[in-house]
Amino acid sequence: MTDPIIDVRELHRRFTVRSPRGRFRRTRTVVEAVDGLTFQLPEGSALGYIGANGAGKSTTIKMITGILVPSSGTVRTCGLHPIRQRKQLARQIGVVFGQRTQLWWDLPLRESYRTLAAIHRLPQSVWTARRDELVDRLDLASFIDIPVRQLSLGQRIRGEIAAALLHSPPLLILDEPTIGLDVLSKERLRVFLTEQRAHHGTSLLLTTHDMDDVQRLTERIIVVDHGRMAYDGDLAGLVRRVGAERVLSLDLTTPAPPLAGIPGTDLVSVEADGLRQRLAFGDDTTATAVLEAIGRHVEVRDLTIEEPDIEEVVRRLYLSATGTGTGTGTGTGSE
Amino acid sequence: MADGTWRPYRVLLGSRLRSQTTYRRSFAMDLLGSLSVGALEFGEIYVIFTNVDVLGELDFAAAALLFALATICFSLADMVVGHADRLPTYLRQGTLDAFLLRPLPVLAQLITSDLSLRRLGRTAAGVAVLGVTLPHTGITWSVTTVVLLVLTIVAGTAIFAALFVCAAAIQFWLVEGAEFANAFTYGGSYAAQYPASIFALPVRVLFTFVVPAAFIAYLPTLALLDLPGPPGLPSWLGWCSPVMAVVMWAVALTGWRAGLRHYTGAGS
Amino acid sequence: MPTFPSQAAPASGRTRSPIAAFTAHVVMGFRRWSTYRLATAAGAFTNTVFGLIKAYITIGAVGAAGGTLMGYDAATAATYAWLVQALIAPVNIFGWQELALRIRTGDVAIDLARPIDPQVAFLAADLGRAAYSLIPRGAPPLLVGAAVTGLALPGAVLPYLLGALSVVLAVLVSFAGLWLLNTAAFWLLDMRGVITLYMVASNILSGMIVPVHWFPDWMARIAQVTPFPSLVQAPVDIVTARVEGAAALGVLATQLAWFTALVLVGRVVFRTGARRLVVQGG
Repeated sequence: MTDPIIDVRELHRRFTVRSPRGRFRRTRTVVEAVDGLTFQLPEGSALGYIGANGAGKSTTIKMITGILVPSSGTVRTCGLHPIRQRKQLARQIGVVFGQRTQLWWDLPLRESYRTLAAIHRLPQSVWTARRDELVDRLDLASFIDIPVRQLSLGQRIRGEIAAALLHSPPLLILDEPTIGLDVLSKERLRVFLTEQRAHHGTSLLLTTHDMDDVQRLTERIIVVDHGRMAYDGDLAGLVRRVGAERVLSLDLTTPAPPLAGIPGTDLVSVEADGLRQRLAFGDDTTATAVLEAIGRHVEVRDLTIEEPDIEEVVRRLYLSATGTGTGTGTGTGSE
Repeated sequence: MADGTWRPYRVLLGSRLRSQTTYRRSFAMDLLGSLSVGALEFGEIYVIFTNVDVLGELDFAAAALLFALATICFSLADMVVGHADRLPTYLRQGTLDAFLLRPLPVLAQLITSDLSLRRLGRTAAGVAVLGVTLPHTGITWSVTTVVLLVLTIVAGTAIFAALFVCAAAIQFWLVEGAEFANAFTYGGSYAAQYPASIFALPVRVLFTFVVPAAFIAYLPTLALLDLPGPPGLPSWLGWCSPVMAVVMWAVALTGWRAGLRHYTGAGS
Repeated sequence: MPTFPSQAAPASGRTRSPIAAFTAHVVMGFRRWSTYRLATAAGAFTNTVFGLIKAYITIGAVGAAGGTLMGYDAATAATYAWLVQALIAPVNIFGWQELALRIRTGDVAIDLARPIDPQVAFLAADLGRAAYSLIPRGAPPLLVGAAVTGLALPGAVLPYLLGALSVVLAVLVSFAGLWLLNTAAFWLLDMRGVITLYMVASNILSGMIVPVHWFPDWMARIAQVTPFPSLVQAPVDIVTARVEGAAALGVLATQLAWFTALVLVGRVVFRTGARRLVVQGG
């Protein structure tokens, strides 16, 4: 059996936060950004790493990539010590921070790739072939000669991902890669990443706010909350655990009394005097069955199905973990 | 092998150079601005010497030589490493994190992240003064003086570069205190342009052994012109600039390493 | 780097007297700058270090000239150096480009729409800035100067009173000159050339680098026909009582004349530029 590509054990990271208090005094509080995380990522697999803002995602990634030293515990990435073997590790990983650019803003992508190839000391024939493949698959050809600062966000992110993959690293780490992208760009990126993993066996660590990213790109999810592991398993298990139902939103032809008591559903909200009603339903029933039951009471003019979003799933997980949640299966009755 | 070692830096600098010359007119403006700073500084020495014949035992030609050497060294160091004082911006924008994710030393990446050719304007001012003043200094040309002249420019540039690195390292802790650091780099440059003999003893010690401005141009000028130094600063010290450069770089690298450890959270 | 305050004029729902509006802008300028404490401390530190070097250069020059140089002895020469360093921040020797920036971005249209005249508003805010920087940026070089080389300051009260007036006028002349420089942004896309030229001229001709009295004739003649000596040399001469009595009043009158002339030209040029902006629609 091969070693895991990421091996994190009892990882802690504390920050001392000084906040002004009064005119001269300052209070020092110690914040546990990462609090005893342990997990392994087997080579070739893909992990969605999710959590609320400030849950410790970025801190963990910084420790895995060698930007930050753990307060205690151990990290091995690609079998290397991220800080002591930083330069060796840099050849083994590709990292993209969606919010920050690692390209040269005043240079076109073509020039950036040439520079990166030199930095990684890649032989000419190897990197040009790899670049051409990435340009083709990520559709960069139309803007490869335009300075990065003039690119759209979607173009830039694609350029960043190509930059991170130019040296064919066995591990790709993406921090919020799809944030701010339009639907089409997101889709294109997901197709590309799936393809890359199939062809090159690249391992993937991904943080995201987008449920579709997780669903499409990863087979395993870790949810962190206040630096602690809140969930480790697959998406189906997470949805089962928190009971993240889909929501059926109905626009009726005439106002109707609340549609309570439809089997397998919970009434979530009633708006506009009963013209719009929203019902949550889980895996124990189907949309068809629900619609059929509703059709007996009212006439439906239009309907949409809302997928559970990641914030909602995480929120419910946090709630259930602290014991104040509504428990599985019951409606939240929010809004 | 040697080519393989340096190639990443050559490519990095090459791409920096190309991006600067894209905007020719604005580049010419910057060059001119840099030149006028050099001219302005020489103006101070010129005005003083319209009133006096010697300053700190140096006549106008010797003082101009001192100024030229200091200016050339500072502007070269400023061109190569001067952008190190933008470290706070690099920290804020995540550029330093990007450096940490690449298989090259972080300091080497910081240094090669820019090469401000416009600062050559100031170098040009220094070279012009040097060219005009050298024949008037009464310098005795020999292999020794030529070696010393070259050595001085190399070592002086290295000392200023080390000062810039020290200033950058300090900013890992003092993120908003960039101007504190300026006091030592730009202040060191100002002090280096004048004979250290005019300073009172404590200040002379400060600008000789703490911020070694005197080693950059003053002491080498004494040695070049074969002049006796003031008490405590014999002119053979002019040959010791390379030693001082090595010492300063040791300090700078130690400081830089500590600063980086502080940033990655390994230090205090 | 702190930027020159101009936006966010105090909210005035009710009508105010012009004096009250002016005062409000002064106070705002003061408050704005008082928030940059670390930058202020760093600036004072740098001014002081440069003061140390400059003081020894002037002392050295006086020594080389045989003890006196154009009426300066070692003590007065050092005092000159320290006073110059203390005045750099209040008089804003290194300039500001806020107006040029607002012209380029078109934000100046907002200033034009305000009930208070833009030049008056900027001037008031600049006075507030100067008032704030006077002590925290001025005191450290002077205190260090007093401790290290000593300061030769007059014992009478009058030079200080006239000197205070002269410092205020220096701030005003500096403002009016820089306002005029900034208005060039109405016509020029790249301001760096004129800014560099202005800075070189003002730095040397103001007496900030070396006293104007040490200039060779040709330079002294150029300096005389520019407003720049009014920025530094004038207040330093009056505070140190190098210029006294009727001569001092003459210097003050010169400063006032330069301020009046520059501020009026600045108004006309700004109006012309603003009209051009409105006509061309930015």
